[in-house]
Amino acid sequence: MSLLKVNNLGVQFQTPDGMVNAVNGVSFELDAGQTLGIVGESGSGKSQSVLAMMGLLAKNGRPTGEALYKGQNLLTMSPKQLNGIRGDRISMIFQDPMTSLNPYLTVERQMTEVLELHKGMTRKQAKKRAIELLEAVRIPEAARRIDMYPHEFSGGMRQRVMIAMALLCEPEVLIADEPTTALDVTVQAQILTLLKELQRDFGTAIVMITHDLGVVAGLCEKVMVMYGGRVMEYGTANDIFYQPSHPYTIGLLGALPRLDHDGDALVSIPGNPPNMANMPKGCPFTERCAHASAQCADVLPGLLPSAANPAVLRACHKPVAELKLELSHG
Amino acid sequence: MAEKKLLLSVRDVKVHFKVKGNNDWPWTAKRTLKAVDGVSFDLYEGETLGVVGESGCGKSTLSRAILNLIPATDGEILWMGKDLRKGSDKDWLHVRKDIQMIFQDPLASLNPRMTIAQIIGEPLRVHRPELSPDDIMKRVRAMMVKVGLREQMINRYPHEFSGGQCQRIGIARALILEPKLIICDEPVSALDVSIQAQIINLLKELQREMGLSLIFIAHDLAVVKHISDRILVMYLGREMELAEKYALYDKPAHPYTQALLSAIPIPDPKLERNKTIQILQGDLPSPINPPSGCVFRTRCPKAVDRCAKEEIKLHAVTAATQTSCLLV
Repeated sequence: MSLLKVNNLGVQFQTPDGMVNAVNGVSFELDAGQTLGIVGESGSGKSQSVLAMMGLLAKNGRPTGEALYKGQNLLTMSPKQLNGIRGDRISMIFQDPMTSLNPYLTVERQMTEVLELHKGMTRKQAKKRAIELLEAVRIPEAARRIDMYPHEFSGGMRQRVMIAMALLCEPEVLIADEPTTALDVTVQAQILTLLKELQRDFGTAIVMITHDLGVVAGLCEKVMVMYGGRVMEYGTANDIFYQPSHPYTIGLLGALPRLDHDGDALVSIPGNPPNMANMPKGCPFTERCAHASAQCADVLPGLLPSAANPAVLRACHKPVAELKLELSHG
Repeated sequence: MAEKKLLLSVRDVKVHFKVKGNNDWPWTAKRTLKAVDGVSFDLYEGETLGVVGESGCGKSTLSRAILNLIPATDGEILWMGKDLRKGSDKDWLHVRKDIQMIFQDPLASLNPRMTIAQIIGEPLRVHRPELSPDDIMKRVRAMMVKVGLREQMINRYPHEFSGGQCQRIGIARALILEPKLIICDEPVSALDVSIQAQIINLLKELQREMGLSLIFIAHDLAVVKHISDRILVMYLGREMELAEKYALYDKPAHPYTQALLSAIPIPDPKLERNKTIQILQGDLPSPINPPSGCVFRTRCPKAVDRCAKEEIKLHAVTAATQTSCLLV
């Protein structure tokens, strides 16, 4: 049995303008020590799918499908059962370290609370453990700094506090929602190296949500590319980066300015991301896709194994061979 | 190639802010925050200068000092040979026709109560009062087409547009006076990758077409590499390195530039997993109390005793590279 198995996960929001399907048909499996990267642009549903698993959707949101943690469905659990798991066995790092820490409480209080609740430790034991974790994420003078308030830390340090907090109970699954997006590149490098080391030491499974393909390349074995609330392509990092088979993945990789080689113009994807309240009937990428045919706008392509490489799942009507031919002819 | 015309020359510019002292007592002496501390560079016609650095390095403050949006404390800013810091309000009105700015947050930089026609036309109404309203409308429409906005959108309000479209509106507003220089302060960092590529391509195209000079400020080195001819690397208000694009990326001279370059994730699994990253230790020092000598020495892997005592300005290492590191 895999550690985390997500089957056909969907998220719907009830809005004044009607029902919005933010996420549709997301499925994946994750074992201990593995890393899954979920990439996509804003509004692609990548954050909402993990918030649904953690029971953190907004009031008007409703999840469908199942998210099985060791066979137990997280989506149908009572909040009480869920509280026994989240923060303990599955924990999460949020994007914005400033707004996700409580400004009224010292770091010590925010960290010890977790251990008192989940592990039944005394305040004293909990503080000792919290200091150990802060040292593990390389906060200098952790024993002194733990009594400070979040605003006394820099952005990078706050993110390290968040990571330490998420790791307090040695979770089996760590969900990181854009953990380095708000940080500078040199700080990002510090945090990513830290995550890799912690994964090696604790064997944590990581779900990494990001829009930065470079971060995914360094950290993840499996990659899921999302667009308009749907999975476009799913495969190993090597397959996705070296043999992308979906027009959106190809477009995304082409649009990236790169340090390692030099081109004159970036290959941009024309148009704008779709409006979630008014999604096309067929493939959400149709409007911006250079390879779309009449069928694409009307019929939703299923997420199926690619003919060229069955390990890759892709949602596109156009067979890989045909797509390659079109690309080579410009 | 013909001799390039010098457009803007920045000499030893400093921007210092007075901030409150160590505590809240009113008699405590104020302290000085050195946001920009002695920056010099030249900008030639048709050239793009990239300015990179992490948050708090003073790159945005520098750009605002050039336009006098934040007055510089010291130094010279020469625009085609004329010192802007000594200019009167009337001189400034003239200069602002030639230097325009594009801001980071596309939606926040547009007035929500004005239609697109009013926003893009406003610079013309201020600087070209002789134009008739019809003339202005004609130019606004032409500019909208040029930046890739549909003419039918002319009476809409900013909130009806996506981030990428708002940035196009900002570009149209900056270009309508046909300026010589545009200062772009992180114009694409708030945009998605696919939209970011559209905006970068648009800026490059317009630059070629109109012979613009650009000062392109960004924290993303990959984006800067794509658009710039020369690049200025800043750290804690000082210049670390000023080099031609290829020289900077192939042979970074300053240890900070080296660390910055190695920290950028490459979207290629094999390269990314096998590269060595120089992790910088510790955090950025406070600009209120910067380290003595070279400001980078507290985090520099190569620092020696001399670094704490001597501070040097940019000096040429090769024809293409200038650096302020005294070890190279």
